[in-house]
Amino acid sequence: MGKAKVNQGIDLSSYKDVWVFAEQREGEVVNVSLELLGIGRKLADARNSKLFAVLIGACAESYTESLIQYGADGVLFVKDDKLNQYSTEMYTQVISNLINERKPEIFLVGATTIGRDLGPRISARVGTGLTADCTRLEIDEADGKLLQTRPAFGGNLMATIITPDNRPQMSTVRPGVMEKCEKDTSRKGNVEIINNKLDFSKDKVDFVELVKHMKEQVQLEEAKVIVAGGRGLGNKEGFELLDQLADKLNGVVAASRAAVDQGWVDHDRQVGQTGKTVRPKLYIACGISGAIQHVAGMHEAECVIAINKNEDAPIFNVANYGIVGNVYDVVPKLIDALDQVDDILKAVE
Amino acid sequence: MRIVVCVKQVPDTNEVRIDQATGTLIREGVPSIINPDDKNALEAALQLKDQNENVEVVVLCMGPAQAKEAIKEALAMGADRAVLLSDRAFAGSDTWATSTILAAAVAKIGDFDVVLCGRQAIDGDTAQVGPQIAEHLDLPQVTYVQNIAKNGDKLRVERALEDGHYVLDVEMPVVLTAIKELNEPRYPSVSGIYNYFDDSERPEILMWNVNDIDVDMTQIGLKGSPTKVNKSFVPTQKFEGERLEGSAKEAVRKLIVRLHERQLV
Amino acid sequence: MDFELKSTHKMLQRVVREFALKDVAPIAAEIDVTERYPIENVRKMAEMGLMGIPIPKEFGGSGGDELGYAMTVEELSKHCASTGVILSAHTSLGSWPILKYGTQEQKEKFLKPLATGEKIGAFALTEAGAGTDASAQQTVAVLDGDSYILNGSKIFITGAGQADIYIIFAMTDKSKGTRGISTFIVEKGTPGFTFGKLEDKMGIRASSTGELIFEDCRIPKENLLGKEGKGFGIAMSTLDGGRIGIAAQALGIAQGAIDASVQYMKERKQFGKNISKFQGLQWYVAEMETKTQAARLLVYQAATKKSKGLPYSKEAAMAKLFAAETAMEVTTKAVQLFGGYGYTKDYPVERMMRDAKITEIYEGTSEVQKMVIAASVIGR
Repeated sequence: MGKAKVNQGIDLSSYKDVWVFAEQREGEVVNVSLELLGIGRKLADARNSKLFAVLIGACAESYTESLIQYGADGVLFVKDDKLNQYSTEMYTQVISNLINERKPEIFLVGATTIGRDLGPRISARVGTGLTADCTRLEIDEADGKLLQTRPAFGGNLMATIITPDNRPQMSTVRPGVMEKCEKDTSRKGNVEIINNKLDFSKDKVDFVELVKHMKEQVQLEEAKVIVAGGRGLGNKEGFELLDQLADKLNGVVAASRAAVDQGWVDHDRQVGQTGKTVRPKLYIACGISGAIQHVAGMHEAECVIAINKNEDAPIFNVANYGIVGNVYDVVPKLIDALDQVDDILKAVE
Repeated sequence: MRIVVCVKQVPDTNEVRIDQATGTLIREGVPSIINPDDKNALEAALQLKDQNENVEVVVLCMGPAQAKEAIKEALAMGADRAVLLSDRAFAGSDTWATSTILAAAVAKIGDFDVVLCGRQAIDGDTAQVGPQIAEHLDLPQVTYVQNIAKNGDKLRVERALEDGHYVLDVEMPVVLTAIKELNEPRYPSVSGIYNYFDDSERPEILMWNVNDIDVDMTQIGLKGSPTKVNKSFVPTQKFEGERLEGSAKEAVRKLIVRLHERQLV
Repeated sequence: MDFELKSTHKMLQRVVREFALKDVAPIAAEIDVTERYPIENVRKMAEMGLMGIPIPKEFGGSGGDELGYAMTVEELSKHCASTGVILSAHTSLGSWPILKYGTQEQKEKFLKPLATGEKIGAFALTEAGAGTDASAQQTVAVLDGDSYILNGSKIFITGAGQADIYIIFAMTDKSKGTRGISTFIVEKGTPGFTFGKLEDKMGIRASSTGELIFEDCRIPKENLLGKEGKGFGIAMSTLDGGRIGIAAQALGIAQGAIDASVQYMKERKQFGKNISKFQGLQWYVAEMETKTQAARLLVYQAATKKSKGLPYSKEAAMAKLFAAETAMEVTTKAVQLFGGYGYTKDYPVERMMRDAKITEIYEGTSEVQKMVIAASVIGR
């Protein structure tokens, strides 16, 4: 079979259903896969079609039921122990074969480090369009095509992309943005075991080992309260102050890219276009200017507080409450005030 | 060893501003730079060249004529020669079409061991071109590369994950995409700057157009792109929130009251 | 006459700017307080090829021009005048004379390591009794078989102790007055060559300024630079070029002060608004900016003339005179704009003001520059 081509006048109507890639690592299905089922459900319902999860690796067998319970109508389960560990070539082979065979109309992949490796390879093998890092997906009422919205220019611009003449319409979807469905334990669906012939000789990459970060993982995406620091802190020690504030609020410390680039904190604390997207209840931005690349990662927070000595800092445009002042002046007072909440409230009355 | 490094000239998105009236990007006066991840890719190639005998680093760039500045910078950093792919026929290419063009050029350069790309460009932000080049050329790929070492006649590569990394051994030829953690790119040398800038005709720079590469015309340019931009818009600013005035102490007290109202304290 | 920078210079400016922001600026305050020579940055500058910008490639240099060199000193000095003068003294004073007057062997032996930055260069003319009156040299050099023996001392030498290669001026024939001065290359570590007092200075404190002492210091006669008796001419022509470096340093200091002031004015609020909104202060900025740009044009013109091989003495003197006075004026005004905060070490402008003063004094005082300019215009 030769190389795929695009825009070859295929019969679009022969493509049906929404598929999502249920990414698993070491046997556990990652969170974004469930978010994909959430948006996938909405899209499938809008198209009057079905939602399938593609799960690769025998080690993840225990998750097949919950994929149904989170919204899938069926699971295409490639139950193969040789595929427990991610491999670009093998996963691309499996999925491309399935796509060519069954012709889904839409295929979604989580924009994780693995998803962004896999998505483009599949789309190039199959010969279709792929839109990266989508933050919004909708069905066009007029003609049923998928409208894929995503940030570009470092978040300065949003673009809505379409794949008019090729199928499946593929998107990688930014983690932390889409909502999962409520888990419905009564929900039933079909788990189909897939056993296609694979050519392992085409895999030229040898997996040697997985090395996990030693330190305790920072789960920014799950945090309800985040205290973030930026260039305005001026030095690494400023983060110790933020640690104190975060402790008082049972929150987690994060940072803008500027602070990470300075070496004041690790990259896994970075919020923004090239960091993590977070949706906490409370986000306190300290000494962060609010460049659009940072805002892209936190503008969904329910309540944003900004503390910055520059009154023109763009962060104030996205903050519910803004204090113009020196972080080293305001934050200690805030820490103290959090111990005196009752007194303050009484004084106000 | 021949290493082909794909670089893209991009506007410095840190400097990009929005025209609030028209909702479009203001590009005038925004400096053009080599895409940062591509610089890491180039630095990796140059380090391999520093540490081994007989390594040739060829820079490949698809872009308008002004992208020559990016190529000159790459040469001033130490690359051996460069190809600028420039043609009207390439305009409007999405990642499929772009990777098709670049793959054809890489194939024409030929006899290569590694194709190094930056993971993602700061304007398109897709991170798709590297893997798609690999697919077009039928080569293995490793993305998110944070370390490269020789391991016999293979490369031992560290591939970053969100919470750790894979260690992988890969045969050459291979496509690798670089992230900023891979290295600290060197500055162009002063002698390199004086050598390559200002002289418009440099023998080290080849100019190729669509006729110089073997490519299916239906798969390039706007017509050959499977994805199309339906519309683009500037993300709307949220409402203007409340500015808490007064001394730090007063502002903090006001904040506590409001947070209490929202049941956050 | 094209006032636009060529892309070579734009690129060089961009690279040095990035380096200055990333590596030079963060330590500028610290090295001023501790008087610490920023050896780590000097090494980085060597790696980048900045230590030999106008030196031809065949002698290990970068094959660039005076304009690129001047712009480099300017960009460094914006953030750290000490780093600026370290480069300037090394290049204009320590390296250039060997390029211009050295034999092939001397260029191979001394110029190459200077151009690559492997070694640092310095220039020693000033003595306790010979400042502006440079011809009043007391240090003597006596030919003895295969060597010269040096006796005497030099003061206020930039790079004292840090530099490896020193261009020394000494009398070989007292009876001939100015025409009895000769030039020698002396390496650190030569027996009989020691360092004396290091000055505790008002500004450029990370650049080591100190005394050189020669006591029966024996150097090979091959270390004579140029011919005997030609030393004074060598000194004067070297200082002509050095003036461009110092003018560039002063220019950088002025620009750095303007940049810092404008940023502060946009942050500081009084009477309910940013002080950048007050017209009186806006006018100060306009004056500072205009003078600094005028200085820039003089510096770039002098540098360009030198690169083209045209006479540049007068232009270099004008550039140094004007840029130094501008730097002093602009930095003083900058401290004023910062108000009380400008007087503290929390902000960089008090350092910039202290740094600026020396540019009116060394490598020919402003009064000397006026002598040079007047002589050029009026003649005898």
